[in-house]
Amino acid sequence: MSMTQPQWRGNETELIKSVCGGDREAFYELIRPYERMIYATAMSVVKNSADAEEVAQEAVLKALSNLAGFRAESKFSTWLIQITYNEAKMKLRKAHAHLYESIDDQQQSKEGDFWPRDFADWQPIPSELLEQNEIRQALQDAINSLGRIYREVLVLRDVQHLSIKETTIILGISEATVKTRHHRARLLLRDCLAPGFDGCWVKGQAYRRVRPW
Amino acid sequence: MATIEISCVEVWREISNYLDEDISPAVRERMEAHFKVCGHCTAVLDGTRNVVGLVGDGRVFQMPEGFSKRLHERLQKLP
Repeated sequence: MSMTQPQWRGNETELIKSVCGGDREAFYELIRPYERMIYATAMSVVKNSADAEEVAQEAVLKALSNLAGFRAESKFSTWLIQITYNEAKMKLRKAHAHLYESIDDQQQSKEGDFWPRDFADWQPIPSELLEQNEIRQALQDAINSLGRIYREVLVLRDVQHLSIKETTIILGISEATVKTRHHRARLLLRDCLAPGFDGCWVKGQAYRRVRPW
Repeated sequence: MATIEISCVEVWREISNYLDEDISPAVRERMEAHFKVCGHCTAVLDGTRNVVGLVGDGRVFQMPEGFSKRLHERLQKLP
């Protein structure tokens, strides 16, 4: 299920025209299929749900006031993600304004090869388990444990299913950097989830760490 | 023709590209030969594929209850 391609697409162009003509309800219709995508983008930056909701609301208001400037050559979803991402970074900047260290894009990607910490061979976790709160929470916690530069790429690429190109535009980084960070993010996440949410992914099978060295 | 061997470190370097099928046929072939004999790298591959599949499911990011309603209300309050 892709968040950036909602099942209901309606006629976006028509809706955009109506909104620009003053129909406020049409804007709600336009935005509704993208709510989760907006929320997830905000979460990938600010990490907590209250802040993410605030960012999402601000981003939606900004989208409304800038809608006349939206150009059809870009995808509406990408445009919304871009607005949300910028809004989330602004929120982060405000929250950290009193700190000496910059939270901006100065975090460096780690150079060199990634060595997995763990080689445990776990039973595949079926996606049906995502119905359970504790599994979703474990995944959310694992994603939150990644450094921001990794989390952002992971969310845009693997959660929102954006292309490498779209990701480079939103994050303002090169294609090579997107790929390196994405790669590391996935392997870090796997390491993080190896013990499962309770030290035991599959009922009755306790997690055993495997380290060959 | 014999497949040229590939080390574990080289396999880890390409695992993400392998999952995205963004890899040359020659490297793919070497990796597949490696996975047949290396349980550790196969575990890393399977686990990574599993994790990518799970986060790719839209359900991971659940919006807080009442999110849509509050958003709608905020829009309606606009002057």
